[in-house]
Amino acid sequence: MTSEIDIGSRAGFARDDGVAGPPRSTGRLGDRLFALAAQGSGVLLLAVMVAIGVFLIWKAVPALQANEADFLTEQEWNPNANPPVFGIAQLAFGTVMSSFLALVMATPVAIGIALFISFYAPRRLAAGLGYLVDLLAAVPSIVYGLWGLHYFNTTMDDVGRFLNAYFGWIPLFGGDSVGGRSLLTASVILAIMILPIISSITREVFLQVPGSHVEAALALGATRWEVIKLAVLPFGRSGMISAAMLGLGRALGETIAVAMVLSTASGISIHILADGGNTIAANIANSFAEATETGRGALIASGLVLFVITLIVNMTARLIVARRKEFA
Amino acid sequence: MSVMTGERGEAPTGGGTLPEISFRRRAADKVVQALVYAAFVLAIVPLVSVLWMVIGRGLERLDPTFLTHSMNGLSSGDEGGGANHAIVGTLEQVGLTSAMAVPLGVLTAVYLVEYGRGRRLAKVITFVVDVMTGIPSIVAGLFVLAFWLLALGFDYSGFAGSLALAILMLPTVVRATEEMLLLVPGDLREAAYALGVPRWRTVCFVVLPTALPGIVTGVMLAVARVMGETAPLLLLIFITDAINANPFSGPQGSLPTFIWYQAGDPNPQAVERAWAAALTLILIIMLLNLGARLLSRLRKPVSR
Amino acid sequence: MAKRIEVSGLNAYYGRVRAIEDISMTIEPRSVTAFIGPSGCGKSTFLRTLNRMHEVIPGARVEGKVLLDDEDLYGPGVDPVAVRRVVGMVFQRPNPFPTMSIYDNVAAGLKLNGVRRKSLLDEIVERSLRGANLWDEVKDRLHRPGAGLSGGQQQRLCIARAIAVEPQVLLMDEPCSALDPISTLAIEDLIAELKSRYTIVIVTHNMQQAARVSDRTAFFNIAGTGEPGRLIEIDDTGKIFTNPSQKATEDYITGRFG
Repeated sequence: MTSEIDIGSRAGFARDDGVAGPPRSTGRLGDRLFALAAQGSGVLLLAVMVAIGVFLIWKAVPALQANEADFLTEQEWNPNANPPVFGIAQLAFGTVMSSFLALVMATPVAIGIALFISFYAPRRLAAGLGYLVDLLAAVPSIVYGLWGLHYFNTTMDDVGRFLNAYFGWIPLFGGDSVGGRSLLTASVILAIMILPIISSITREVFLQVPGSHVEAALALGATRWEVIKLAVLPFGRSGMISAAMLGLGRALGETIAVAMVLSTASGISIHILADGGNTIAANIANSFAEATETGRGALIASGLVLFVITLIVNMTARLIVARRKEFA
Repeated sequence: MSVMTGERGEAPTGGGTLPEISFRRRAADKVVQALVYAAFVLAIVPLVSVLWMVIGRGLERLDPTFLTHSMNGLSSGDEGGGANHAIVGTLEQVGLTSAMAVPLGVLTAVYLVEYGRGRRLAKVITFVVDVMTGIPSIVAGLFVLAFWLLALGFDYSGFAGSLALAILMLPTVVRATEEMLLLVPGDLREAAYALGVPRWRTVCFVVLPTALPGIVTGVMLAVARVMGETAPLLLLIFITDAINANPFSGPQGSLPTFIWYQAGDPNPQAVERAWAAALTLILIIMLLNLGARLLSRLRKPVSR
Repeated sequence: MAKRIEVSGLNAYYGRVRAIEDISMTIEPRSVTAFIGPSGCGKSTFLRTLNRMHEVIPGARVEGKVLLDDEDLYGPGVDPVAVRRVVGMVFQRPNPFPTMSIYDNVAAGLKLNGVRRKSLLDEIVERSLRGANLWDEVKDRLHRPGAGLSGGQQQRLCIARAIAVEPQVLLMDEPCSALDPISTLAIEDLIAELKSRYTIVIVTHNMQQAARVSDRTAFFNIAGTGEPGRLIEIDDTGKIFTNPSQKATEDYITGRFG
């Protein structure tokens, strides 16, 4: 007991030193082991992150060496053939296209929801309504996939035919074989899935808007919308950008819902209403079962590309947030 | 001043004290209000549609048979059969996932809050946790495939799936725990030090218990999230129609992969099972969510 | 353009709590009226009822009448936005819009009201900044952020922003409490100049300030914690500070409490 008291006072002394942060543990076995375990966990986490990169590269290289085509420009995905021919071009296009469309659809709606809950909804209901939107995030992607495959694609079939008939002159909505299992349907489902992410981060940003700026706008005789325009949106701009980017990162990596909804067809096409299209993640889920050894390596290579893309998007988003914090 | 009245539509005019707010401004305000309400409705429509379909279609087959039987010996066109093997698999996999991710995540958070503050390593870890949050689940699956199955030569198993799920669950646990630890008032720690309690005991017996309800809430939400993950499991646990209670050996079922295979089957009986499994999955997730919310409401850590 | 304000039977609530009770007074045009009283006596709450800013707080509401030259600000169909357009306000802490330049801060209210022509905006921005005794200090950096100014300059920027839309009344909620003595002096000089054109109401904690700047002074007090604030008396500033008719006022200004 006495020795413990000793440690305690020493720990307290270290604190008074003015050294930032908590006192260092001073030799006691328990303290040392515990600190080691805590630090070890953190380091293990770092190791996992590094290992992800290392092992993906390691297992992708043999397949890439066996590849007869240019991995970056080839549109075909035929790693199981002999000789293997595969490239990321079509998959990357489908991934970026569907995620971009999802982002374009989801961002304005998500900001609208955040505004609704922060400034328009009756105060007493706001929290509950926010929870309702968050429930969208609690629905697993497999369930969105099931819903998309067995219900929503019929709705989108009609939507697609309508758009094709009246707006077919826009290249995006042109083309034949319009159907419900299209890139557009996948994008709409992705948009639904990233809505709660974007709106909840945007809501957090809106919460930080200083009340004094809102009052300044009100006192000038601004309407509610003008208050938002003057005080809320300028303050929240970088936060909203990073929220959208985090949503984009999520959409890029989303696998199952897209894999279930798309009926895959090969070749890059900008006709988003046509059945078909494919994404990196969906392709992995769909073709893994039949993959040979080279096939698996090829899929791992494509996963590596996806990993790098999402890493860049997410890191950029985090950096924007971090920059904003420094300003505030 | 007379120069301005022409241009300024709302300058006080003659008799009335209060100016008119121009039609354009009032209209803009109303239009935005309508748009904002519409945005909210637009988000609720798919939620209601999904839940409506899952509940409506799911209830058709969610019966005792479904919960207590596996698909062993049945072909996809057969009536009956169930998801028992999948439920068992999911519960075991998620249990193993939590057993790995929770201690690791909590300890990491303890390091970040109690030991590492201001240190370079802590900053790096914080950044990596942020980045880890954004790892696509399929990439986590591919990593475990490359590492556990291909490099180390292990076979498909429920545990392999758990490894991937743990990677996805870790950052959520770290974040939630970190937030809760930061809420524990500093004077509580100082009070313990003043009594001569060593640091690790302070953390274990004072700080963590204070933050416990919050941590449990965070963990439950994290469990709910990984429970619905499908993509990594497709690569790692393989497929079986029979009950396999051993997550360390041989293919195992899981609710998400069960839904995946049944939904992709052309037979209507299989699709019915997919909806019932989706309802089962959503019910478990909603229960966890609800429990987490209740817990967080009942016992908030005292913060000052 | 300055207007007379007549308040009668005004009560203000936060949820179920009554913050001020049964206040009636007349505020004269082209003069400065100061509100003084101990903390929590409801003087700021009362000020915020004069431009309907009180009700933006969730659960807050107001009963009674506030007549601005015979028009009831709380009458049916009165748009609070229109009220705030003619009753400007300056806050305790300077709050220029941080993302806007000095110029845009001053022009913000004008743009809301549909003033678009550049030459007219330039003219009003200059006149408002001159009116707020800030023009000479900022004329070379009009397009730099307003947040870069000193506290006193920011507060004068906020005054310029408020007077740019030419309100009838200017409310000031402890406008100098966050400022140093020199900046305070600058604001007080400004108030003396502005009163020839506006009806000014100022809440202050500082009795010397009230004595220096105001023509009339209203003293508010509370009977005890949890009790609503009341108006004790309002009179010419000279009389309040030399010969108040209420004992409580005398106790307060002589420093016997508060």
